[in-house]
Amino acid sequence: MTQKVKSKDFVIRFAGEGGQGLVTSADAMARAATGAGFYCQTFSTFPSQIMGGPASSQVRISTTPVLSNGDAVDVLVVLNQYAFDNHIEDLSENGVCIYNAQDCEPSGEGNFFGINADELAKESGNTRAANMVILGAVANLIDFKIESIENFVKERFSRGRENDDEIIKSNIVAIGLGVEVAKKSGFSVGSLDEPIAPDYEQIMITGNAALSLGALSAGLDSYYGYPISPATTILIWMEQNLISKDKFVFQVSSEIEAINNIIGAGFSGRKAMTATAGPGVALMSEGLGLAWMSEIPCTVIDIQRGGPATGLPTKTEQSDLFACMFPAHGDVKLPVIAPGSVEECFYAGSLAINWAERYQGPVMVMGEMSLAERTENIKKPDITKVIDERRNSDTGSNGYKRYQDWNGELSPMPIPGGEVAYVANGSEHDEIGDTTHLPKHHVRLTERRFAKLNLLNDSPFEIENPESEIAIMPWGATKGVAREAFDKLSDKGEKLTWLYSMALNPLPQEILDQLKQKKLVIVPELNFQGQWSSILRMDGINSVSVTQYTGLPFKPTYLSDKILEKIKETEV
Amino acid sequence: MSERNPEYDFKWCPGCGDFGVKRALEQAIGTYTEEFEIPRTSNVIIAGIGCSGNMVHMLDGEQPFGIHGIHGRTLPIAFGVSTSRPDLNTIVVAGDGDFLSIGAEHIPPTASRNPNMTCIIMDNGVYGLTKGQNSPTSTTGQITTSTPFGKLDAQMKPLELYLSYGVSYIASHYSSKPKVLAEFIFEGMKHPGLSIIHVQSPCTTYNNTYDILRGSKKDNIPGTAFIVEDDHDPSDYDAAVALINKGGVPLGLIYKKEPPTINDLQDKLIKEKSKKVEDILSSYSI
Repeated sequence: MTQKVKSKDFVIRFAGEGGQGLVTSADAMARAATGAGFYCQTFSTFPSQIMGGPASSQVRISTTPVLSNGDAVDVLVVLNQYAFDNHIEDLSENGVCIYNAQDCEPSGEGNFFGINADELAKESGNTRAANMVILGAVANLIDFKIESIENFVKERFSRGRENDDEIIKSNIVAIGLGVEVAKKSGFSVGSLDEPIAPDYEQIMITGNAALSLGALSAGLDSYYGYPISPATTILIWMEQNLISKDKFVFQVSSEIEAINNIIGAGFSGRKAMTATAGPGVALMSEGLGLAWMSEIPCTVIDIQRGGPATGLPTKTEQSDLFACMFPAHGDVKLPVIAPGSVEECFYAGSLAINWAERYQGPVMVMGEMSLAERTENIKKPDITKVIDERRNSDTGSNGYKRYQDWNGELSPMPIPGGEVAYVANGSEHDEIGDTTHLPKHHVRLTERRFAKLNLLNDSPFEIENPESEIAIMPWGATKGVAREAFDKLSDKGEKLTWLYSMALNPLPQEILDQLKQKKLVIVPELNFQGQWSSILRMDGINSVSVTQYTGLPFKPTYLSDKILEKIKETEV
Repeated sequence: MSERNPEYDFKWCPGCGDFGVKRALEQAIGTYTEEFEIPRTSNVIIAGIGCSGNMVHMLDGEQPFGIHGIHGRTLPIAFGVSTSRPDLNTIVVAGDGDFLSIGAEHIPPTASRNPNMTCIIMDNGVYGLTKGQNSPTSTTGQITTSTPFGKLDAQMKPLELYLSYGVSYIASHYSSKPKVLAEFIFEGMKHPGLSIIHVQSPCTTYNNTYDILRGSKKDNIPGTAFIVEDDHDPSDYDAAVALINKGGVPLGLIYKKEPPTINDLQDKLIKEKSKKVEDILSSYSI
């Protein structure tokens, strides 16, 4: 019998083969828990194939908001021998593993016990209730209220069908059978405290859905996309939801088409967007240069995966930063927004398409696989407060001189069908958009294209403990785990500044001022080269990276140890 | 020539076929704008890169909107304009190098969607702006700067490709008769769907085909250009195939059908499946 130690949060992982309902199990646990007032974050990893292959899905359940996937697994459910062999080392000291007794025979002794879920499901009268048997066993191990799981089952299977009651009843029987097996095993990993339930309305959503919803709330008109993991879910979301008068959504034939489609749509006066992953960003390179040069509003979302080339299509990485900020030949530096949580994904989606309109040019949003596909319960966004910002198209006295000198304001961008016309030109041009090779115009307009980034000064940022000499500055989806590591280090007495900005270009002035004052800025990031710290060094900031390039997110304890090593190196 | 802007420093060579296409395009836009009572600014020209792409800066009179983009991508840019703003008159101008070489990948998928737009392809069988290289429509054996010992590969047959890809309006003409050409461009603009008007527009510097097209009465050499007979039925696919396979350059309407446009189909979907953002948000409530 293991001692009960944990009470605040538990990581529960389901491992086996793709197609065995692993994601469904983790999702069911997450929904049952959020229904009972807990906070959850899920994470899945699977191979790039339609069926089968080693896969796993997990949920972290906590009494307070969840920042990362956590360190170790408290309850591990393995459905085959391969899963046991490959995941057992992730089990926490006091964790317990439940194995599928039909397909798995662990050797030796440890905190594990077998369960014959298929047989017990038969016993319940519902042969398809094997995952319910397992959920019952898991719930018992963490002392999770069975009532909450039953409530989830009632809700899930009340579908207005004749056999609803029968299915609910047999599933509840199956849950009970799972509870009994776990009880008999004598194991327990702890007991969850009562959650401090949020006092606001919540939604449960993935990062990619939140991003899509954010863009739609800010008035997205047109979406063109091409399937690519892990951005495909945005295309599917748009095909299902971007349907109303004057909207247009379409799956086109390549990323080259998609970028040029949104340039056409943006030129014609619409808010237009596409989403892709690294290989697509590579194909969009020339188009992004055109959008920058001819000053056409459009938004590209890059859901990062492991690269380069086809790389690791279903794993997570933050290695596209150079490619997104400097995607094209010539003098280009694109605005980049990198949300750090599922909730931020919503606001990144709306901010990006508003920024594109305001500065009349392309905006990049950088997500990544681990953020895109995970589910979190977040505060329900108030969509009535989301602004639908549109370009200044009042052509008034300005005639068709669309490319005037930057004077702190941007000359208006006429929309087809209006008073005056111009040519949007990818060759260097004069004020009305005609091609010219005169040096004065290239100087004038190169300066204009960079100066107008100053209009993008309203992105959210965080500064804490500004008085310290060493700062931690994560970016994108590493924010949550970095915050957990930062909190751990602060608890240990380390005095560090916390810096975070959702926008990486342009950086808010307050963040830049802070960065320049620091003796050292430590950047945790998931790439080999330390891309964000490299870019910061271009601005004369003394930054170093803590890197990882495994295709997986950081774990909090590993990260805090590595940050501590960097701090010690500096002291020496 | 663009008289309004002395700083614009591009010129077509004397005698360039594109001058004739320019006159035809100006006339077609004028007629369309009048007949459908739209503002001149509701015409949008998407130009490729090459001599022909400069068309967008050269038009006289009241100006339409224009995009002078990147090489080979006129179709996807125009698809974005046309589908997002179906009220506009979306026009593509591109050359054989831009449209049929680097941009060829976009023709089949665009044809199968049938967006409402009109493409005017100026075919001179050579890359002019980069000074005389082999293009997809250069003839086999032709000496160009990049095929100094003669072009080895086969000459592309654009009309045959358009037809097999399902382009819903296909006309073929040459630049020497701007008034007649203007009528086919205007008909293409009126046609609800993807129209391509493929125009032989000779390059007087690198590939002067005027004499080949017209022939020579003096030397008793027939021209390759011939007027499409009145009894040709443009709705008959097999007749269109036969016409193209005659060889030479047909002058006239090759093929025409009227399948629904992509916007027609999507409008139907919107009527049936329209969604509100509030309802989408609520579907995520716990």
